[in-house]
Amino acid sequence: MATSAAPGEAIRREWRRFTPAQRLARFTVYLVLAASIVWSARTVQIIPEFLYDAPEQMQDLLHRMWPIDFAHYRGGVHDALVDTLHIASLGTVLAVIMAIPVGVLAARNVVPFGPVNYLAKLILVSSRSVNSLVWALLFVAVFGPGALAGTLAIAFRSIGFVGKLFGEALEEANRGTIEALEATGAPWLSVMTKGYWPQVQPAFWSIVLFRWDINVRESAVLGLVGAGGIGMALDTALNLFQWTRVAMVLFSIFTVVVVAEIVVTQIRKRII
Amino acid sequence: MSTRGARAAFPASWWTRAGWVLLAAYVVYAGARLDFTWERFLVGLDNGARFIDRMFPPVIVQPDSLANGLVESLQIALLASFLGIVISLPVGLLASRNLMPVWATWPARIVIALCRSFHPVIVAILFVKAVGFGAMAGILALMVASVGFIGKLFAEAIEEISLKQVEAVRATGASFMNVITYGVLPQVFTRFIGFATYQLDSNLRNSTMVGIVGAGGIGGTLFSAFQRFDYDFVAAILLSIIAMIMVGEVLAGWVRGVFLEKGKVDGD
Repeated sequence: MATSAAPGEAIRREWRRFTPAQRLARFTVYLVLAASIVWSARTVQIIPEFLYDAPEQMQDLLHRMWPIDFAHYRGGVHDALVDTLHIASLGTVLAVIMAIPVGVLAARNVVPFGPVNYLAKLILVSSRSVNSLVWALLFVAVFGPGALAGTLAIAFRSIGFVGKLFGEALEEANRGTIEALEATGAPWLSVMTKGYWPQVQPAFWSIVLFRWDINVRESAVLGLVGAGGIGMALDTALNLFQWTRVAMVLFSIFTVVVVAEIVVTQIRKRII
Repeated sequence: MSTRGARAAFPASWWTRAGWVLLAAYVVYAGARLDFTWERFLVGLDNGARFIDRMFPPVIVQPDSLANGLVESLQIALLASFLGIVISLPVGLLASRNLMPVWATWPARIVIALCRSFHPVIVAILFVKAVGFGAMAGILALMVASVGFIGKLFAEAIEEISLKQVEAVRATGASFMNVITYGVLPQVFTRFIGFATYQLDSNLRNSTMVGIVGAGGIGGTLFSAFQRFDYDFVAAILLSIIAMIMVGEVLAGWVRGVFLEKGKVDGD
């Protein structure tokens, strides 16, 4: 270091972790974030009168929900709950069937053709940008209320998720194996099934399980817009102000979600 | 088995085949149970064509309610993320098993599990009953979801840190808060930025939805347009939601780029 400081004299040098440009960028982010939070807090429309009695209202709500109407399970909840699980599972199966080709087309190393990659990515992004409730609204308008709309909503929302992660797994596949297979003159389908598939298989199962878990949660609310499953039972109980039944439905959703998560964690531990 | 030349290179696995058969049987069974028929599907396709026909071209029927709804959704997302993150930091810290005693981790873990197990829309219904219609219910509902998500990931991130740095800070006689600030937080900061931007993104998506149950934001406008069969307005709303979410995704990616140092990989 060619510093002009004489020996013995303390060199005043400040050590900083980040360059000025980095610091400026970070400062800008902090500033913009703080400003937008303050702006939101000051302009968002909140009716304060409603807030004052919120604790009371909450207490009243819990009071009305108790005791949970367990007897309602047989009559109104069980079938809807099973329907919800079927909607989630069938929706996942359907999504995987549709997502695999799109994911393959989105992987740059498998299909080395830019425009196709972009088109596939556009499909995946639009699938993810539309919430499953909106998909459900659309499909209810098309197919009428019922589980078909719910299943398709789950499937279309999941294409983006499964396709994106599957495409990324394909892009991370080891090139060596693929080259070795191609050198033997293997046809395209064989390269896919014997070269790529074994490499992405663990990621694939992990993605499917993860999405199924999410879909179980999501399919529980689709009924609110008429797309079948336990949400319909919830909606009916809410509209009739039968709070003990609402509590029963919420309790069963909670149980199913927890069990689904445990199942997924266990399977993941065993297989992957 | 080298003496027998004709060995199949890729022997068929009967387990795999049985799995496929089971899956196919399940699909048929579940489809029948949920009453899926070709007839319904074909009728639906016919409806769908008419539906799409009515959606295009998109028309902004009520520009005010569209703009207000979008702004309110954005506000809900920002405030819910901010409050959610502020609450989830202590909760996540309490839930980390390597720094906290058992009596602290269990309650924190239960809080996180409760927050995570319900879909934001269901939580929003309960808050609508508690604090009335409007943005407040949406903010509270998404805040709960954020506490669940960030709390869990933050706790996991803290559990993976290197304890050597914590020990070094502790050895200087630092107080508990100093240990957290200088020993723990710097190690999880980059990952935290990742969760926070992801959660902001996800709150933005969900804030466009909670309006369906009356919790404020563009969802209410969307739902009423659906109920009035104003499908051209529905299309306009959907396109603006998608545009907002995409802008949000780009901004989140940019923020992540600012904070994640290139060439420095943490942990893995």
